[in-house]
Amino acid sequence: MALSQADVLAGLKEIVEEVAGIPAASIELDKNFTDDLEVDSLSMVEVVVAAEERFGIKIPDEKVTDLATVGDAVNFIVNAAK
Amino acid sequence: MATIKSSKGSEAQILSVGTYRPARLVPNSEIVDRIDSSDEWIQQRTGIESRRFARPDESVIDMAQAAAEVALKRAKLTITDIDTVIVATITFPYQAPSAATALIERLGNPKAAAFDVGAACAGFCYGLGMANDLVRGGTSKNVLVVGVEKISDFTDPDDRATAFIFADGAGAVVVSAADHVGIGPTIWGSDAANRDAILMEPAWTDYKKTPQSTIEQLKWPYIEQQGQTVFRWAVFEMSKAATRTLEAAGITVDQLGAFIPHQANFRIIEAMARQMDIPDSVVIADDIKTNGNTSAASIPLAMDALLEKHPELHGSLALLIGYGAGLVYAGQVVQLPPAPQ
Repeated sequence: MALSQADVLAGLKEIVEEVAGIPAASIELDKNFTDDLEVDSLSMVEVVVAAEERFGIKIPDEKVTDLATVGDAVNFIVNAAK
Repeated sequence: MATIKSSKGSEAQILSVGTYRPARLVPNSEIVDRIDSSDEWIQQRTGIESRRFARPDESVIDMAQAAAEVALKRAKLTITDIDTVIVATITFPYQAPSAATALIERLGNPKAAAFDVGAACAGFCYGLGMANDLVRGGTSKNVLVVGVEKISDFTDPDDRATAFIFADGAGAVVVSAADHVGIGPTIWGSDAANRDAILMEPAWTDYKKTPQSTIEQLKWPYIEQQGQTVFRWAVFEMSKAATRTLEAAGITVDQLGAFIPHQANFRIIEAMARQMDIPDSVVIADDIKTNGNTSAASIPLAMDALLEKHPELHGSLALLIGYGAGLVYAGQVVQLPPAPQ
């Protein structure tokens, strides 16, 4: 099922807000998870699992470290859902 | 053909809990320099502010004995009333005989049935589940279950991933016959595909294979873990196992007085609580904050600390779940022991 960038970004914002308590408004494509949003690697595990469930995709462990920014994650999810 | 007689027991309950905490309290500040970390980072990642280490001359049996004696006193029983002793541990440093036989000799009932359980951080719940079934099956009347670790012997103080996590201590419970269900069904299992997520290597025989090798060359079997794999498994799979444990006991999460998971990492515990929608009315054990991760000892230690802080919870229902190296897990819903008279 194809997903739009906007849909994925909206979904990811909700997930990050729920997992890490970061307000959705401050979550933008160019934000770095660790440096800008203070989402550490343990919280990323929760974000990844929630994203896998929500978008029906798999994010292999070795790919997670490549997802430095919100935009990286959105692009990965959009591609994986094709 | 002659027929074999069978034994029949009764329901079982936890009569008492007793613990031993080593005297030496080690704050993060004492650990951080060697691993180039900070108090803030450790607290943020694990919730740990301090932990306790046993003295060099203090053994696994010393700690187990101390905890057992408190549990027996609170149960108003002597060691001769105990017919079965189960010791859950992964840090008793002898190949054989068991820690449990050393303990019964020390406590003064060398005739009791005694064995060790090797299920790492799930060891206490594995032992508790067996104690329940032993009483229900009629094999035993009074079982002493001890979780004890001296993991400081097997923790590398220079390992940035583990030096601040593990700690020492002992907790014991007395499980006895009851006229009501005091211990619910055990839900247990493994995920051995992830067996290498938590390891202590090499094998003793590796030292023998190369006679010239030394511990410096082969390395001491310090505990090592893949933090993120363990985190993911604990938060998501263990939440599911905990939910199955509640279902098996016919209890809903809002009927619990307490949630007492293995004190692996407080971030795991918080995330599990979120996954399971545990309401604010349920007290969540957080002994790890001051006591560190004591593996098989963590659940009875956390239970004791929780009851000391919340004495109104004596006799209420608690969800226990142990999970650890293997990867293995076991859980039960139990009635917390009555307040000692």
